[in-house]
Amino acid sequence: MSILSRAFSRLLPMPLHSLVLLIVWLMLNSTTSLGHILLGTVLAIVIPVLCAPLRIPQPKIKRPFKVVSYVFLLLKDIIIANFEVAILVVGPTRRIKPGLVAVPIDLVDILPITVLVSTVTMTPGTVGADISKDKKWLYVHVLDMPENEQEVIDLIKQRYESRVKEIFGC
Amino acid sequence: MSFTVELIISAFLILGGLFVLVGSIGLIRLQDFYVRLHAPTKATTLGLGCVLIASIVYMYHIQGYASINELLITLFLVITAPVTAHILAKVAMHHRVKVMQRTRNQHLIETARMQLPPENDNKKQDQDN
Repeated sequence: MSILSRAFSRLLPMPLHSLVLLIVWLMLNSTTSLGHILLGTVLAIVIPVLCAPLRIPQPKIKRPFKVVSYVFLLLKDIIIANFEVAILVVGPTRRIKPGLVAVPIDLVDILPITVLVSTVTMTPGTVGADISKDKKWLYVHVLDMPENEQEVIDLIKQRYESRVKEIFGC
Repeated sequence: MSFTVELIISAFLILGGLFVLVGSIGLIRLQDFYVRLHAPTKATTLGLGCVLIASIVYMYHIQGYASINELLITLFLVITAPVTAHILAKVAMHHRVKVMQRTRNQHLIETARMQLPPENDNKKQDQDN
């Protein structure tokens, strides 16, 4: 039994990734013909085997349902902020007050931080610029700084970071 | 194709085109590199999102089933757009690209460049106050 499971884990070091690869391959070709299923299966086995040694262990998503609500929240924010920024860009440029903010972050692992920074960059008006080496500070360039920069920090921390924390359960 | 479907598709296309246009206008009008960086990130999110929705509706009416390629394009965009914006901002910092005079907290660029925590941030704020 153990030999069997070891062989299985050697053949499929990342079973979930393999499945996603197969699905994406079929979606890319938008077919479910036998030929493409076979080709996709071969790719789904070979690519993870080649990539497995490069893997860095990441924290798992603890609450998958939170991800759905997070995505919808993000979608809503992106749409609202898009209109705000569009008005700002077309309007008089004198009104734009850019600025930099250092946001203290509590997340530890790389994957949650990446998700947070991507979120910050996706929402218009803020671009994540860099992270300090100790991974405790996130530098954000803000297109339109409010008078009190604490507002930006609170927005990022309460609206996004707390939810990312919940998703990864840390 | 019925009139309503055509109307929906054109509305999404126009809205998407408008946002991409605003992104391009921003690229010309805004003054420094960091501020310009905000414009294309906008265009890719909502502008292309609208175009993709229009494409999904159109394909659904031509083929009778929704094609999934658009969803994949959205997925790839969502993954790649923030990474490019982040890398561009990082490179700009390392090249010491000029920032707008009005930019606040310019001292943070130097600490961010060296990836150091903003150590004397509180002191500076006290001085400002």
